[in-house]
Amino acid sequence: MNNTEMNFSPEDFVLVGADKISHLDENYASKSYWRDVLSRFTKNKGAVVGLFFILLVIAMAIIGPHMTGHTYDSQIIAHQNLAPRVKGLENLGVFDGSEKMHTSQGSVKQNKYISEDSTVTTGLENTYYWFGTDVLGRDIFTRTWTGTRISLYIALVAVVVDMCFGMVYGLISGYFGGKVDMFLQRFAEIINGIPTLVVVTLLILVFRPGLVTITLALAITGWIGMSRVARAQVLKLKEQEFILASKTLGARDFFIIFKEILPNIFGQLIVMSMFSIPNAIFTEAFLAFIGLGVPAPLASLGSLISDAFKSFTTHPYMIVFPVIVLAIIMLSFNMMADGLRDAFDPKMKEM
Amino acid sequence: MKKYIFKRVLISIVTLLVILLVLFLMLELMPGSPFNDEKLTESQRALLNAKYGLDQPIVIRFFKYIGAMLTGDFGVSYTISKNTAITALLQTRLPVSLRIGGQAILIGTVLGLILGIIAAIKHNTIYDTITTVISVLGVSLPSYVFAMILIYYMGFDLKWFPLLYKPEQPFYSSVLPTVSLCMFTIATVARFTRTEMLEVLGSDYMLLAESKGINSFQLIFKHALRNALIPVITVLAPLVVGLMTGSLVIEKLFSIPGIGSLLVTAIQSNDYNVVVALTFIYSVMYIGIMLVVDILYGVIDPRIRLAKGDGHE
Repeated sequence: MNNTEMNFSPEDFVLVGADKISHLDENYASKSYWRDVLSRFTKNKGAVVGLFFILLVIAMAIIGPHMTGHTYDSQIIAHQNLAPRVKGLENLGVFDGSEKMHTSQGSVKQNKYISEDSTVTTGLENTYYWFGTDVLGRDIFTRTWTGTRISLYIALVAVVVDMCFGMVYGLISGYFGGKVDMFLQRFAEIINGIPTLVVVTLLILVFRPGLVTITLALAITGWIGMSRVARAQVLKLKEQEFILASKTLGARDFFIIFKEILPNIFGQLIVMSMFSIPNAIFTEAFLAFIGLGVPAPLASLGSLISDAFKSFTTHPYMIVFPVIVLAIIMLSFNMMADGLRDAFDPKMKEM
Repeated sequence: MKKYIFKRVLISIVTLLVILLVLFLMLELMPGSPFNDEKLTESQRALLNAKYGLDQPIVIRFFKYIGAMLTGDFGVSYTISKNTAITALLQTRLPVSLRIGGQAILIGTVLGLILGIIAAIKHNTIYDTITTVISVLGVSLPSYVFAMILIYYMGFDLKWFPLLYKPEQPFYSSVLPTVSLCMFTIATVARFTRTEMLEVLGSDYMLLAESKGINSFQLIFKHALRNALIPVITVLAPLVVGLMTGSLVIEKLFSIPGIGSLLVTAIQSNDYNVVVALTFIYSVMYIGIMLVVDILYGVIDPRIRLAKGDGHE
């Protein structure tokens, strides 16, 4: 017999620390779908930058109009056509309230805040307009952010129309198929055949130009792209086994549509609605530009650009800020939509 | 194939009829009548109604209305130029719009294709980045922003091009409007071409063609581009729509005497007949283009016509 002496020391009975457990392989660790999407989204630099700017613009649209003490329609006649002037930056030679005027005699640089003759005061030495004022003496900073609210409202309308109407239309059309699908698709094709321009024109003839008209126009034409994507996705899924299993268990049609199919295609639908936002904002900006947007003195980015265009060659600064904000909104939504598309389905390249 | 084309044509006709019906109903449901002079007696009014055919049943009037619209009889303008037949207004304006729109779509498509191809061949180089930047900017900025930038620098500062359209120099003065209109087309076409080319270039049959020793020119233009072009054709229809809406603004900015600026003026001055006539013309153009693109797509890619035409989806 071979008797082996076993010696136990107290250390053998100490719990192994968490640091000594071998690491789980992160590459193959299970990851939920949404976490996967999130990690792919945050890795996309453009998308994150887009999201950041969208949040920034939303924040400015909320607080911007209250920052200067002016309202979007308050006029100070003495403060007409003042160029941008910002405290602090004025010492650096930019935003110091001076502007180059192009006239038929040539260009002159002038500053309306501070008169060249030091014995005369203009009364504006301590006045600061960050984005300047327009021809009626209104603060462009306040007006720009008030206008941004309208663009964001339009974005919201686009998403709501997509999600409420386009999605349901596509889901029902794709799921039921047959005669229902045939009828719904022909109807959608006919609506799709009517140019948005025509819909808007007709609505404006009946109602007056304004937010209601634009909202209605978006509601009539905005849902078709979404319904097509939703339908195509349903067609892909509805023959699969898990739907059959659900049916066998006695699930009703609407239960299958909204509880079985919808969660599986929701990612694609979000992407699609993101892509429709820039389009909707575009439409509003375009309508405002030809004078069919919100009525004065309300401002939208499009109408600000349109107003500033009239004095564009003499006071170019009036147009710069609305254009920049509009460009930032459009770029950010486009970049975020691109990023979301790649995050939800890396294979879904063209859409 | 015949069945597919027939179906497309039928849908287009129905769409046009729906638009006509809406236009007609709006005319009917507008409050007031053309003869609202209070001195008119009932019998005089009845006589006038009979003279203009307003006593006939609504269905017959609708068909007459369709007939008039289709033969180009749009009535007269009320406010823009009093009692001028709209057909006369259109005669001078339509060609101008068509030419500038045509220039924009042609230049935009060609430049977009070139940019897209270069970006795909030189994938992940500076050319690719430039194309991406151009296409993102092109879809993110409205055409009037480009127009303003061009007006300011090229027209106002450098005085290279005239600020406004001049009928006596139709090409020289339409350079700036065309460029600002076609930016969106360039951007979209470049983006699509790049994506499609990349996908085709990465496919197995391209590798096979390359390994057979086909020279790179043939490889790109004969094998890759032809397959990449198919999906690009589908974006042409939405692009034409973009051009139509864009032309409204651009024509107003450069005071081009086309139908876009006419529509804007007509809406602003409530000239109902002109608005209806232009709406109808825009619809016809749009439906026509959609039809051509759909059929073209079916001809090029048999899968589409089989899937759409027979209902096996």
